[in-house]
Order: sequence, then structure tokens, then C-alpha cells
Amino acid sequence: MDIRSQIAMVFHLDKCIGCHTCSIACKNVWTDRKGADYMWWNNVETKPGTGYPTKWEDQNEYKGGWIIKNGKLELRLTSKGKFLQKIFYQPDLPTMDEYYEPWTYRYEDLFTAPETDDQPTAIPISKVTGEYIDIEAGPNWDDDLGGSALYARNDPNLEAMTEEQRLQLLSIETLVMFYLPRICNHCANPACVAACPSGAIYKRGEDGIVLVNQNVCRGWRYCVSACPYKKVFYNWSTGKSEKCLLCYPRVETGQAPACFHSCVGRIRYMGVLLYDADKIQEAGVRPDEELVTAHREMLMDPFDPAVIEAAKKNGVTEQIIKAAQNSPVYKFVKEWGLALAPHPEFRTFPSLFYVPALGPVTYSVENGVALNPTSADEIFAPLDQARLPMSYLASLFGAGQEAPVRYAMKKMMAIRTWKRAVTVGDVDMQVALDGLREADCTTEQAEAIYRLTSLCNYEDRFVIPPSHREQAVEVLTNPLEKKGAAGFGFREQPVRGA
Amino acid sequence: MLDKFLWVGFPYIALALAVVVSILRFTWKPFSYSSLSSQFLENKQLFWGSGLWHWGILWVLTGHLVAFLIPRQILAWNSAPFRLYLLETSGLIMALLALVGVVALMVRRGSSSRVKAVTSTMDWVLLCLLLLQVTTGIDTALRYRWGSSWYASNAVPYLWSLLLLSPRPELIQPLPWLPKIHILSGFSLILIIPFTRLVHFLVVPISYYWRKPQVVIWNRKGLR
Ligand code: HEM
Ligand code: SF4
Ligand code: SF4
Repeated sequence: MDIRSQIAMVFHLDKCIGCHTCSIACKNVWTDRKGADYMWWNNVETKPGTGYPTKWEDQNEYKGGWIIKNGKLELRLTSKGKFLQKIFYQPDLPTMDEYYEPWTYRYEDLFTAPETDDQPTAIPISKVTGEYIDIEAGPNWDDDLGGSALYARNDPNLEAMTEEQRLQLLSIETLVMFYLPRICNHCANPACVAACPSGAIYKRGEDGIVLVNQNVCRGWRYCVSACPYKKVFYNWSTGKSEKCLLCYPRVETGQAPACFHSCVGRIRYMGVLLYDADKIQEAGVRPDEELVTAHREMLMDPFDPAVIEAAKKNGVTEQIIKAAQNSPVYKFVKEWGLALAPHPEFRTFPSLFYVPALGPVTYSVENGVALNPTSADEIFAPLDQARLPMSYLASLFGAGQEAPVRYAMKKMMAIRTWKRAVTVGDVDMQVALDGLREADCTTEQAEAIYRLTSLCNYEDRFVIPPSHREQAVEVLTNPLEKKGAAGFGFREQPVRGA
Repeated sequence: MLDKFLWVGFPYIALALAVVVSILRFTWKPFSYSSLSSQFLENKQLFWGSGLWHWGILWVLTGHLVAFLIPRQILAWNSAPFRLYLLETSGLIMALLALVGVVALMVRRGSSSRVKAVTSTMDWVLLCLLLLQVTTGIDTALRYRWGSSWYASNAVPYLWSLLLLSPRPELIQPLPWLPKIHILSGFSLILIIPFTRLVHFLVVPISYYWRKPQVVIWNRKGLR
């Protein structure tokens, strides 16, 4: 057993209102700079949709993530034997057009334009070239299904669905959508780290945060292609790769990252997971249908004395173990089976998990009155009538397997019904309890899930053990010296090399 | 006097600056070491430019290096006409690839407005010098037969004499001006390595071959 601690995350999609506050929080803190202007370390996508960069999920095109070759994990992008072939030109690298060309407006024109009959306008100009730009795409061009004929229709997850389902999903009367906020998953088996020829990307032993050492990165860009989630970005000005750093200066002091803290819907949870690093390789080569289970088996019980002992041997402190025992993430993922990693078939073992969105629940209605379920089966019937077919969610969160998604959805439906029986009382209590039993949920668990979902305070959502002072980077240097510089860790201005 | 400077002083200055400044830059400004790739901004023209340039120039440089290391064997190889033609033709083809490549890179830098936005003066200085270097090289090969032989018999001893600190400029003085320019611009290129993006080939990441796939660093232990 090689027990490590990982700071991990859950996003509860049912609560996401798609407001993009998280994206703006991150942009303001970290990427409001030349060369990083097009980067959204945190972005919120509308699903179905092609996302940012466009069609990032399509690994036939981008060659991200891991594949199994001769019974072993290998990067889809390259291998030690072949990596030099791609070094002068990276055939799989997305270009700026796959993201968008950042722009601003020439606001001064509003003041300096000569007097004419027409109102002066502020024309859009590219932040790269400074020239006039005809804006053709932005980071959220398909927000709320805008332009879905072009975007939603090309969502790679639609491949998992039948033609009929696809037509239904996209026809105007039965449209459905939900939001998918995305940041770097700080994976347990990161493809970006493995792909970097310079060894500039690393996972921190203490908390599993994945970082790019700006002084070692040489701009070979393998990480950008290898990350199947496209969460490493190339800074076109400095010639270095950058990514979400999980706001580690905040995490080290026990504060939630900027995007977590600012989340209006309070959809974000952060806590510690203890995992067995010895299991990564073996779990990584399991077939698709076992991946969700294999991932959960890697996450160890923080109350198990053997696990605690092994963790301590690795230098995991008492405080961190305590946080792991209190971790909202452990509950959502392992105890309750509600949260699922995105695209487990990429085999990077993300540390970010999503509670899938239940979406609009369709009850049968008679005479304008919703008919409440009269049997446990009726509670779950809407699952198969839902506008968003289970196969879509299975493609996104289950490596194509419906079972783990269905399990989570059923539990949430059962809890909803039970809670209605308790608080409103118009559902037969016995039916509600039957539902809970069928969804593999006790009333205590249902209550706990209900509380952590709906009534969660800051302390419930974020159980972040501050680093020991001697381990925290921020105590060693004066943070104000870093203003406008390349970040914590070193103090130079991020100017492009000659 | 001028000859002394051109064939002894200048090469030593170039080599010394290249080594010292590269090390200083690596120590004090490691952030500035990067391939400075612009593929993200423009990738269609780059495919031809970078691909042809690098494959071509690396083979040509390998040729120069091999003949530098084993000049006798090269001369022996060239004693049979068929093998001489084989070497000369393949060298020429590689050099032509590099020529097309560097021209494509220059066209690209001049035409794509996005790439222009990340182009420095030194980028142009470098590309012009590289163009000069490749054209004078090709021209020499075409005019003064057979370059591979007299490079091994005249230029290599001169380069070794520099390396062994007993310079023999008299080996270069009788050469025509074309190969002389080639040699001078070669040393100029060495000189500007640490002042341009050329540093990228000093940090070719061959350690990838032996490093472990995952990198874990502990702040606490300062360990990998
Ligand atoms: C094995 C060694 C080398 C590697 C791995 C390498 C790799 C690269 C890479 C990745 C780029 C960036 C291309 C892009 O924009 O995406 C580049 C650019 C460049 N390289 Fe190399 N290179 C090597 C050797 C050389 C040598 C020996 C020279 C010259 C003597 C050279 C000259 C250049 C130049 C001039 C550029 C800029 C191209 C432009 O105008 O954009 N490289 N190289
Ligand atoms: S999601 Fe983050 S940790 Fe995982 S491969 Fe991508 S950049 Fe690396
Ligand atoms: S954790 Fe911090 S760096 Fe990462 S996406 Fe959120 S705000 Fe940005």
C-alpha cells in the first residue's frame, strides 16, 4: 500500500445555474495576462455541446489520455520510442482557432473619433495582432444551446445514442441541457505529466496538485495534446504551458480556491481522499465496464487502521487524515456512490467528480395536478422517460456504462420523493421508503445527502486541512512581490525569451 | 591581421560567448529557455517550414559532425566515385530540404499576422543568418567539388586546431570567398545562440528516454 493524500473535488451539477462566476473569478486572479488571455482554466460548458476547445472529448482527433497496449497503459499521443517524431511539429495540437482568438474593443475611438453624422463605435480588435477582427467564436459560443445546430449536434457523446434519441434530443419541443463546469482534474494518473518530455509537470506529493514548473517547461506542448480534458494551455506569448494550480496558495492556508469560493450555486465541494498509488497501474488496465469500480477501489477508507498506518508512513499528517475522515468528497464518491468522474475511459483517474444532473423530472399530470407515485417503480419511471437519455450521461460519466449513472440518479430520485413525503406529506410514506430501499439508501443516509446537498455551509463543503507552515510555499516568500509576475514560486516577470 | 581576427580571434570569441552566456542564461533566466513555438498561432505553413527545416538541417549538421570526428574514414569512403556521389547527393538533398524549410519559415513569419505578433528582431536576424548559411553551403557544394572531401581534408584540421588551442588559420586563408563566408556565418550563428531562440536545441529533452512516467515532488522532503 502506498497511501497518498489527494485534495479532491465534487461538483453537484443539479445546482449549477451556469452563471460563469467561477470562470470570472479564476480569470481575474490568474489569467488576465498577455498570452493567457484566451485561457479559461475554469470554464462552464453547455451540454450537449462541443465545449472548449471545440470537441475536446474526441480523442480520435486530439489523441489525449491513455490506452491499453499489450496489457499496459500507454499514452495515446506518443511513447518514449516515438516522441521525437512529433517534436518539430505537433500534428495533434489544437490551435488558437479551436479555442478562439481573444479580443477587446478599441474603446478610445469612442472619445477620439472625429465629429461626423454617425455615432462612433468601438470596433473589436484581436488581442494577439491588435488588428480588426471579425469575431467568429468565443469561449462560450454555444452557451444555453445557442447555435445548437452547429454545436450541440456535434457533441461527441451523441455517438452513444440512437438516431431517434438524437433527433429527439435536438428537436425544439424536447430540448434539454445542463451545465458542465470544468477545471483541471488533478488526476491520479495524469497524462500531462507523463507526456512532458522535459519533466516540467509534476504532482505534489502532499496534496496531489498538478503543477507546471515554468522554469523547466520548454514549450514542447506534449501536455496540451496529451491531456484528454484539454486543461493545459499554451501561453502563446511566453512560450510556456500553464494550467489550473488549484489556487494552491489558498488551499495551503485552508481556504477554498477562487472558483470554489465564488460559486453562487454552491455546487462545489472540496476534501481529502486517501488513495493507494500502488493500485493505479492495475486499475488503469481494467476494461471499460469495471473502470468506475476500479477507481473507487483505489480510494481507501480513512477509518481503516491499516490505511491510517500506511498513510502516516508516507508522511500524511494526523490533521490530513482527520480531514479525510470528514471529507465531503469521500462521502459523495465512495460512501454514497453519487459522484462520478468525467470520461473515466480516458484512464487518468480524475480527482474531480460530478453528481449528474437529474434535470427536469417528468411526473405524469392529470387535470393540472401532478400525480404522485403510488409505487416504488413509479418513482423511477421518469428516469427512462427523461429527455436526456441515460446513454448520454453514461457516455459522459460512465465510460459508456449506464449502471453507475442509474444508481446515482435513482438514489437522488428516491431521496426527493422521500423528502417530499416527510415535508409536504402528499406522497405515501411507505412508497417513499420502498423507493429508498430500492435505491440502496437508508433514511439516515438520505438525510445526510439531503443536508450536504441543500443545507451545506462553507465548513461542510470545504474541509481543507491547511498545510503545515513549514510546507506552505506562501510563507517562504512575500506574496506581494508576485503581483504581475509569473506566479508563486519565482519572481521574474513573465517575459518572452529571445 | 584581419585574417588572424577572422580565423582565430572571432571563432574563439564566438565559442566562448556561446558557452558562457548560454550557461549564465540557463542559470539566471531559465524561464527564457523555450522552443517559443508558434504552432498554436499558425500551423499549416509551420508543418512545411519546421518539418523540412529541422529534418534537413539536423542531417546536414550530423554530416558535418561525423566528418569532424572521422575525417580519414570519410576520405576513404569518398575514394570510390559511387560512394562519393551517394554522399554528395544525399547531403545536397538534405540541404535543399533545409533551404526550402527556412524560406518557408521566413515567408510564414512575414505573412501571418498572428506570428508577426510574436516575432522579435532577433528572430529575423537568426532566420537571415540561417538562410545565408544554408545558401552559401549549397553554393559551395555545387561550385567547389567535392565539398565533402575538402571539408574533411582542410576544414576539419582547421576546426581541430581551434579546439586543440593551436590554431592554424593558414588552412583557411587560401580558400575562395564563398566557403569563407560559410565559415564566418557559421561562427556568427554559434555566437548568437545564447542571444536567440536557438538555445532551444541545447535543451532537447532526451532525458524523457529514462525518466519515470510520473513525476511526484514532495515540498516537505524536497524530493522527487
Ligand atoms: C533536435 C534538435 C531540435 C529540436 C527538438 C528543435 C525543436 C524546435 C521546435 C519545437 C521549434 C518550434 C516550432 C514551432 O513554432 O512550433 C523550433 C523552432 C526553430 N528551430 Fe529548432 N529544434 C532543434 C534543432 C534546431 C537547430 C539545430 C536549429 C538551427 C541550426 C534550429 C532552428 C530553429 C529555428 C530557426 C526555429 C524557429 C522557426 C520559426 O521561425 O518559427 N532548431 N525548433
Ligand atoms: S486534467 Fe489536469 S491533471 Fe489531468 S491530465 Fe489534464 S491537466 Fe493533467
Ligand atoms: S482552482 Fe483556482 S486556478 Fe483552478 S480553475 Fe479554480 S480559480 Fe482557477
